[in-house]
Amino acid sequence: MTVTASASAMRPPVQRWLAIWALALAAVLAVFLLQDSLPWAVNYPAEAVVPVADWVSALMRWIKSNLSWLTRSITAVLGVPLDFALNLLAKNFKIGHGPDAFVLPRLSWIGVCAVAFLAGRAAGGWKLGVLVGGCFAYIALFGQWTSAMLTLGLISIAVPFCIVTGLFVGIWAWRKPWAERLIVSPALDLMQTIPTFAYLIPMLLLFGNSPVSAMIATAIFATPPMVRATMLGLARVPSEIDDFSEMAGCTARQKLWRVLLPSARPTLMVGVNQVIMLALNMVIIASMIGAGGLGYDVLLALRALKVGEAMEAGLAIVALAIALDRLSQAIAHNHAQGQIYQAASPIFWRRYPNLTLAVAILAATTLLSLFVPAFAAVPKAITFTTAPLWKAAVSWVTINFFDTIEAFRVALILNVLNPVRAFCEGFPWLGAVFLLGLAGYQLSGLRLAFLVAALTAFCAITGLWEKTMATVYLCGISAFISCLIGVPIGLMASRSDRFEKIVTPIIDTLQVLPSFCFIIPVVMLFRVGDVTAMIATVAFAVVPAIRYTNHGIRQVQPALIEAAKVSGCTPRQTFFRVQLPLALPEIMLGVNQTILMALAMIIICAMVGTRDLGQEVFIALSKADSGRGIVAGLAIAFIGIVADRLFSAWTAKARARLG
Amino acid sequence: MTEATDQALKTAGKDARPIKLACRNVWKLFGSNAADFIRQRDGKASPADIAAAGLVGAVRAVDLEIRQGEIFIIMGLSGSGKSTLVRCMSRLVEPTHGKVEFEGKDLLKISDAALIELRRHRMGMVFQNFALLPHLNVLDNIAFPLSIQGQDRTTREKRAQEVIELVGLRGREHFYPRELSGGQQQRVGIARSLATKPEIWFLDEPFSALDPLIRREMQDELMRLQTMLHKTIVFITHDFDEAIRLADRIAIMKDGEVIQIGTPEELVVKPATDYVAEFTRDVDRAKVISARSLMRACDGSEHGGTVAPDAKISSFSASIVSSGKPFAVVNGSGKPIGEVTPQAVIDLLAGIERRGADT
Repeated sequence: MTVTASASAMRPPVQRWLAIWALALAAVLAVFLLQDSLPWAVNYPAEAVVPVADWVSALMRWIKSNLSWLTRSITAVLGVPLDFALNLLAKNFKIGHGPDAFVLPRLSWIGVCAVAFLAGRAAGGWKLGVLVGGCFAYIALFGQWTSAMLTLGLISIAVPFCIVTGLFVGIWAWRKPWAERLIVSPALDLMQTIPTFAYLIPMLLLFGNSPVSAMIATAIFATPPMVRATMLGLARVPSEIDDFSEMAGCTARQKLWRVLLPSARPTLMVGVNQVIMLALNMVIIASMIGAGGLGYDVLLALRALKVGEAMEAGLAIVALAIALDRLSQAIAHNHAQGQIYQAASPIFWRRYPNLTLAVAILAATTLLSLFVPAFAAVPKAITFTTAPLWKAAVSWVTINFFDTIEAFRVALILNVLNPVRAFCEGFPWLGAVFLLGLAGYQLSGLRLAFLVAALTAFCAITGLWEKTMATVYLCGISAFISCLIGVPIGLMASRSDRFEKIVTPIIDTLQVLPSFCFIIPVVMLFRVGDVTAMIATVAFAVVPAIRYTNHGIRQVQPALIEAAKVSGCTPRQTFFRVQLPLALPEIMLGVNQTILMALAMIIICAMVGTRDLGQEVFIALSKADSGRGIVAGLAIAFIGIVADRLFSAWTAKARARLG
Repeated sequence: MTEATDQALKTAGKDARPIKLACRNVWKLFGSNAADFIRQRDGKASPADIAAAGLVGAVRAVDLEIRQGEIFIIMGLSGSGKSTLVRCMSRLVEPTHGKVEFEGKDLLKISDAALIELRRHRMGMVFQNFALLPHLNVLDNIAFPLSIQGQDRTTREKRAQEVIELVGLRGREHFYPRELSGGQQQRVGIARSLATKPEIWFLDEPFSALDPLIRREMQDELMRLQTMLHKTIVFITHDFDEAIRLADRIAIMKDGEVIQIGTPEELVVKPATDYVAEFTRDVDRAKVISARSLMRACDGSEHGGTVAPDAKISSFSASIVSSGKPFAVVNGSGKPIGEVTPQAVIDLLAGIERRGADT
């Protein structure tokens, strides 16, 4: 306490800060105006660029040539369960070679749909059963079965891997505070801000273009939430339960496995749900390095600008995402509730009726599929395709509304995007480093100032300044528009229960959709370019702004609102004088999340032709140029970290002030 | 009855029962280098010293002895260090300085393995917020400490069933904690801590999270169990009425220090400080003060009856006032050792201070 008091006494008060900021801005403006005499301060000199990319490439080359025995054996070991899952769900088992090979069929699609229904019913009743079963049937009937099962197979192997790894890393971090502070937390921050594309490059290099490398990338990408959930869950176990385990005489191991982890189960299950959803998201993107499946279908269709096919595969992803999300959430919820007592029957099929039934159905339908082709593959006669419909719809829109859409697009580019872009790209790099450092100092202190300045400088000295600013510009505009849309919606939802009931399922659904899916409909209307990227990003990033705003307003204590009413505030005054100020830290947290999500999405939008760091990574990926890709990936991560740290510091300060 | 002899021993000023647990100059200081700080000062430090060193004194210079079979209550407001002190006694919190003796052996010096053994078989603890494991049903929760010891399922479930009967939870064996009311949950907590047949029983504000009616019921339940089990009980509370109802002796804590240890009557009659007096002010004195405290030397007047020295005033106040004559206070062998006048009782009931009586 004394420390903060003396620190705030040392630091200048608010009016002084205003003057300091005015001076700093004037200085940066001066640098900008004097750019003829000070060119190195505006554009980072090309001859001083530090060739970090070359170093990374050299390192990766060395690893590749010297550790290939390791990467090969990893591929071989991981390939076994993966092949099994893929064969079981999608590809059939082939025993022997050539024409006389004996083929064991994959699981029958009818059986899998029935099992999905049973699982849903067991976890959440008839309604969930119909939803989950319906999603699978949808996938089958729309002709996406094989692709979807490839995707599901990859997930089913990657997810257990993530859960186990995440659990152990989380336990380690919880046991050793120094490890958490020095290794795990920074690593998690970095892992969650590095764009998904950047994961693919080293995997591609080390493990080649194969499902295994896609699976490893997926596993690495999807592990962080499990680590966080484990740490959080263990930290949240009430101290009395901890004391109890000591007093019962538990050894350290008994305490962890028999008391703490089971007590933390609700939080752990939330982590599992997040792992599944992230894995799905990543498997789609990892189709670029050989994951196959639905993502690959989308990718192919997008490259060929076949919007109809892309839309179909995208909708199948949506169906899979919704099914997996609702199912895992229901299971997590059941676990949190604990089971109701039922007399356990000694007979296996009585004790686990659903499991027995599921196995029986799978076995029966799969056996049948040896003789009845309709059980083996979805018969063409009953599948639908909506691709022509989508195509017709797009053609109709383009024919009838081309002028309107085009006018909108051009106006947006000319009046909003281009000026901001010019401003960002012309911004002196030294000025940005200085101003961000100053903000860091004001919000938290010297440490944050150095961190922010160093990370910003990294983007410049690796020669990526212009691309960095292109990213910042697009991400900034998208995040700004997301907040402009999201915060008012959140405010409305917080003031009307009915409106909240409408909004909640929509944002829940938006949140589970893999980022890929947002691009497809926008591309159909706006074709490729910055406008498409911006609109897709806004749709993707608007969710946290709505959610946090709504939550922030609603969590203001009722007693405070009553106090305001009693002191004679009009509803308007109550809202602006009491609720809004108290909810502000929470809203800022939402804005922070929105920025990070926008950043993640902007990178993926490289696929629709942006000219920023994402494009850099994308090109590096297609050329398998690891150094270039990783450095650009790091630069993106650093943008995210700078934004996140500044906003978090600001939020923490506001929180501290409100108590 | 043993209780009568216990009482007799205590009234003689000496308690012959063995000391079960003792704290000898126990300190718990929070802050950097707290251990060095207190060692250099030889286990002595004033609050000003502690504050000057930037430390926080949660438990300071606590000396107390808890005898076998007694209910020893540690009473204090929140932040007084009572919870930390009880955790020092069971070594859930490592004391910064001093000794905690369990049957004369220093707990702070024994190995981790020995400590685990001790906790498995000889200590039990009940928690304020029950600390039940949410994923286990009542039976499994109660059998949990036994399963930790490696007992097989039939043995431990048999024992668990016994304590379930003891605390009156029969029929709820397969309920989960969230399906039980607060009072029932704490019964599970009590049963669980008794399953291992502990010798010393720590109860950390066990009834504070319950509503007043249930709390009273649980206090009666505790007294019922204690007449059957004769455990050595260390009971933490912030409720002075609860302390008076249950205690053999009470230690009152303030700012980490024990400021007085005594029977409820001693605290009421001879409060050591104004702080203690403040606590005892609203107590129903007739229920706490015994004839001994109110008696004076016999002055030869006629007696209207006899009472034992330990009889609480409330037990004979109605009869003495209606008879209008002093009652003789007689010891075990029937010999009068003094008398109590109706006026003294009336003054006590009316709340008039009358200090002269016991001098």
